[in-house]
Amino acid sequence: MKGNLEMSETDKEVDALSGVETTGHSWDGIKELNNPLPRWWLYIWYGTIFWAILYMIAMPALPSLPGMGSRNTPGVLGMSDRDAVAESVASLHAERSAASAQLLDASLQDIQNNLDLQQFAMAMGESAFGDNCATCHGSGGRGAKGYPMLADDVWLWDGTLDGIEQTIRHGIRHEEDPDTRFSAMPAFGRDGLLTSAQIDDLVQYVLSVSGHEANAAAVARGDELFLTNCASCHGMDAEGSRDVGAPNLTDADWLYGSNPEDIRATITNARNSHMPAWQGRLDDATIKALAVYVHSLGGGE
Amino acid sequence: MGLMKKHETLERHSLALTLGILVTVAIGGIVEIAPLFYLENTIEKVEGMRPYTPLELAGRNVYIREGCYVCHSQMVRPLRDEVERYGHYSLAAESMYDHPFQWGSKRTGPDLARVGGKYSDTWHVDHLKDPQSMVPESVMPPYAFLADNTLHFETIDDHLKALRFEGVPYTDEMIENAQADLIAQADPDADYDAQDALVARYEEAAGREGTVRIADYDGNPEKVTELDALVAYLQMVGTLVDFSTYEADDLDNRR
Repeated sequence: MKGNLEMSETDKEVDALSGVETTGHSWDGIKELNNPLPRWWLYIWYGTIFWAILYMIAMPALPSLPGMGSRNTPGVLGMSDRDAVAESVASLHAERSAASAQLLDASLQDIQNNLDLQQFAMAMGESAFGDNCATCHGSGGRGAKGYPMLADDVWLWDGTLDGIEQTIRHGIRHEEDPDTRFSAMPAFGRDGLLTSAQIDDLVQYVLSVSGHEANAAAVARGDELFLTNCASCHGMDAEGSRDVGAPNLTDADWLYGSNPEDIRATITNARNSHMPAWQGRLDDATIKALAVYVHSLGGGE
Repeated sequence: MGLMKKHETLERHSLALTLGILVTVAIGGIVEIAPLFYLENTIEKVEGMRPYTPLELAGRNVYIREGCYVCHSQMVRPLRDEVERYGHYSLAAESMYDHPFQWGSKRTGPDLARVGGKYSDTWHVDHLKDPQSMVPESVMPPYAFLADNTLHFETIDDHLKALRFEGVPYTDEMIENAQADLIAQADPDADYDAQDALVARYEEAAGREGTVRIADYDGNPEKVTELDALVAYLQMVGTLVDFSTYEADDLDNRR
């Protein structure tokens, strides 16, 4: 390259070999060709600058211009993500509205007797169940230890359509809701209401009423204890009471397990499970749909 | 062309060039960042926000320590499907006392911005101990050890102080009583006066009732564990703002 440089008319050197102007800068004798930017690139670049200006005018952008107080320019299009989501949620509800208005107006029994309405409620209930209920009650309502199975015909509180709706709406032992279903089993062992030996006898008694093998002498002692401590809720015959959500102890369905250790833990520490109230979190149509869905899972009354 | 020739001076002096770059970049930064300090509508005006109680704060520290944010974000975006699934979209005001905030769109696990009150305490305990026992298809690892770990809260008042330095409105009273408040919130059978004082302090800050819950969160009355703190935190996430008084249409709340 050396020596092959000549001055152009505009006071710039032109590289003789390539015929291109140099930038005129020299770093230790090394010089740089000043090729023009490709046209296509340049126009796109100008285009983006132009677009940015348009965008700034059209969309919310500049903060605190004089006279705007502490606000930003709203943009001539008046776009707002929050308005947009409010609109799209509203249009979703409008889409559903014909059927969900019917859900709101109809009694649960009517919903169940009207095939179209029932199918709609089932579809709506199934999707709401998957997201909100299945986390505890399992998919399809199969339940888990401590979380009642909804697909069978055993109900702690109420298995009718209205009863199920009441439970979903107000929850169980949900202290923030005054209409919640409420009862409290005492922690007989922890709070010192019964001695350890008495609890052992009661465990044997509960095993015997549910048809398990049990120590006869302990059962005899437990009988008296059951009458004074447990029968007020679970009934003289140990068949439970739905008024207070006291489970039937004579059947083969166990929410917290039928091992002697499980029963012992139940009597010692009590089990007062809590289901949150869904009113407020879910809308009325969804709650009714859920009631119909849960009722249909297998054991509705 | 005179000015153009001068830039050779800049290019030939590295210190001048460095300063020149710094000034240029700073202009961009100032234009973008400075308005956030005086714009009043970056944070919506809402009712119900209060600083975390000491127990909730301790739980939040456990949440951050265990890296829950790696899979769970706390930001319901203003998109139809997210609002349908999780509830009201998150507001900037809801994380104004968060240092650091937990925003994001990472959805390996579900978003937790509205998880407070959705499930029972027992569910959280069972689920944290063994996630698959509650949700069989879950990929979440178990955190059973939190139930055994005694919560260390000797320095909790320092945490409050540090946050106050960041601008969270903790009062002197809150800082002085931080340890007592923490114990009071984790044990429903403990000192009732301490519980009333805790509730009064934080509900006054919130400006509404029903924002402080006292419970034996992990079901173990023997001691205050890290699980107590974490469940206390999870059960209040996203529950503070009173949305019945929030006006989405207000010009100041437009986004």
